[in-house]
Amino acid sequence: MKRVFVANRGEIAVRIVRACRELGLESVVGASQADMGGMAAELADRVVCIGPGPAGQSYLRPEVVVQAALGTGCDALHPGYGFLSESPRLAALAREHGLTFVGPPTEAIELAGDKLAARAEAARAGAPVLPGGEVSGPQQARALAAEIGYPLLVKAAGGGGGRGIKRIRDEEELDHLLGLARSEAGVAFGDDRVYLERLIGSARHVEVQIAADEHGTTLHLGERDCSVQRRFQKVIEEAPAPGLTDATRARLRESAVALARRIGYRNLGTAEFVLDAETGEPYFLEVNCRIQVEHPVTEAVTGLDLVAMQLRIAAGERLGRVQEEINFDGHAVEGRLNAEDPARGYMPTPGTLSLFSVPERRGLRVDTHCRPGAVVPPYYDSLLGKLIAQGDDREQAIDILIDALEDLDVEGVETNRTLLISILGHPEFRAARTTTDWLERALR
Amino acid sequence: MGLTDDDVREILRIIDESGADELLIETNGFSLHVLRGAGGGGALSRTPRAVEGVRESAPAPAGPPERPSESENGLVTIPSPMLGTFYRAESPGAQPFVEVGARVEPETTVCIIEVMKMMNSVPAGVSGTVAEVIAENAQLVEYGAPLFRVQPDA
Repeated sequence: MKRVFVANRGEIAVRIVRACRELGLESVVGASQADMGGMAAELADRVVCIGPGPAGQSYLRPEVVVQAALGTGCDALHPGYGFLSESPRLAALAREHGLTFVGPPTEAIELAGDKLAARAEAARAGAPVLPGGEVSGPQQARALAAEIGYPLLVKAAGGGGGRGIKRIRDEEELDHLLGLARSEAGVAFGDDRVYLERLIGSARHVEVQIAADEHGTTLHLGERDCSVQRRFQKVIEEAPAPGLTDATRARLRESAVALARRIGYRNLGTAEFVLDAETGEPYFLEVNCRIQVEHPVTEAVTGLDLVAMQLRIAAGERLGRVQEEINFDGHAVEGRLNAEDPARGYMPTPGTLSLFSVPERRGLRVDTHCRPGAVVPPYYDSLLGKLIAQGDDREQAIDILIDALEDLDVEGVETNRTLLISILGHPEFRAARTTTDWLERALR
Repeated sequence: MGLTDDDVREILRIIDESGADELLIETNGFSLHVLRGAGGGGALSRTPRAVEGVRESAPAPAGPPERPSESENGLVTIPSPMLGTFYRAESPGAQPFVEVGARVEPETTVCIIEVMKMMNSVPAGVSGTVAEVIAENAQLVEYGAPLFRVQPDA
């Protein structure tokens, strides 16, 4: 591997370019016209314009991305997160043309994309799954729903990441919404299969980071808690997940590794679980076949460079470690700084940054593509950057992050800075009692 | 039931991420019909299309516009409508579509841009005389890269 095509934008493109440099690899960034003046484009060895601003005409076109990688002499392609990162089409197309795809095998991406199949594999691997199953006709759906109990969720097999989910209160609603859910799923995901699953009233979101090389070594890198969410978007993440019993922590980690082994997973990935806040029982949710936005909290507590690890594994290197050599040190908390207007329901606020100044603090890391003069285009997500604080313990990490956020100066666009500060200072968060529905309830 | 900001954003995201030229969204008491590109009908990938106008307002520092644009010396530049491999002729060894001095009309094919074996013919978009061939045959051209300069008809 010599030259890596970065098929992404924003802070993760900067992060990948830096990892390439660290490993002595060249990098080529494929930028949309709106991102040609961005930080990733500037830091990379080369930038090519892959299309106009709207993602549907640039970052979401596998053919253009692969053509750009080949035309610039790249031998590998890193998809980042979002966009085409979990598109089996991109992985397959890149590999067909001789590029090393920095990610799992195409078959693993396909399997993970089929939430029903992933659920079945998780169960076979011994992971706990919620009661539920595929439904086709109304009779069968009623029978299964009666077994599961109401309220429950109807989920699209092709969905995931919070998409394609409906909440069902009772049998009447089931009769009414099942057909609709199927036709919506068909339109949205090209797959009209749906399944029922028990709804956990009050849940935490806990996920396990997995790393697997091409030589049969599969490790976990600990877990993260991402329960502070708004509209299925994570806002605050931390590692390790606080307040788990040793038995639950072990169960999560073992399930994730067993599932990864069972499906022949390679490279980095994440097994997501929900944890019933009342019983503490974990249940498998889905597998994510990409680097996650929140990977820095795992990096902070393990001391590992996860993006470099992705590149190394893709190049065929061995992990060169056994599980016992993965050590966890301290606690890390990440806040996602978004260009959002609190006064207008946290609506994204594109614009130009007249000021962007992050303080320097011991234990603080900032991953961003922003600087004064940077443009926040209207086409993409509103992430400006991530502030990651590491402390000896959870309290200290939270305090460092609050302190840093208070001294953060951003002008030109509205941000969610004060929201992050108030979450971090909230007694419920301090007590690690937040569940996935907490933030939206607290905002009302 | 009114549309919330989040609904509007979700709709815009669906439109943006969809490759479709035409989109019809209908829910209770609400219907939205979107036609992408000029005129909409029959616009395949063979013709570079004007992009929704939203780009003109984007404060992008780099990159020329997608339509032919006039430079100081009165020549008009034909930009690449997409990233791909630039071919001056239909097939290797064939006559180039245009040479310097050739007359072009807006619909005259001036080159082919190949994206993963998909051949996209590029029309001149302007009438005049080819003054310069800028891009190199069989090389990668970026989106918006200058391909030709044309002396437009007075």
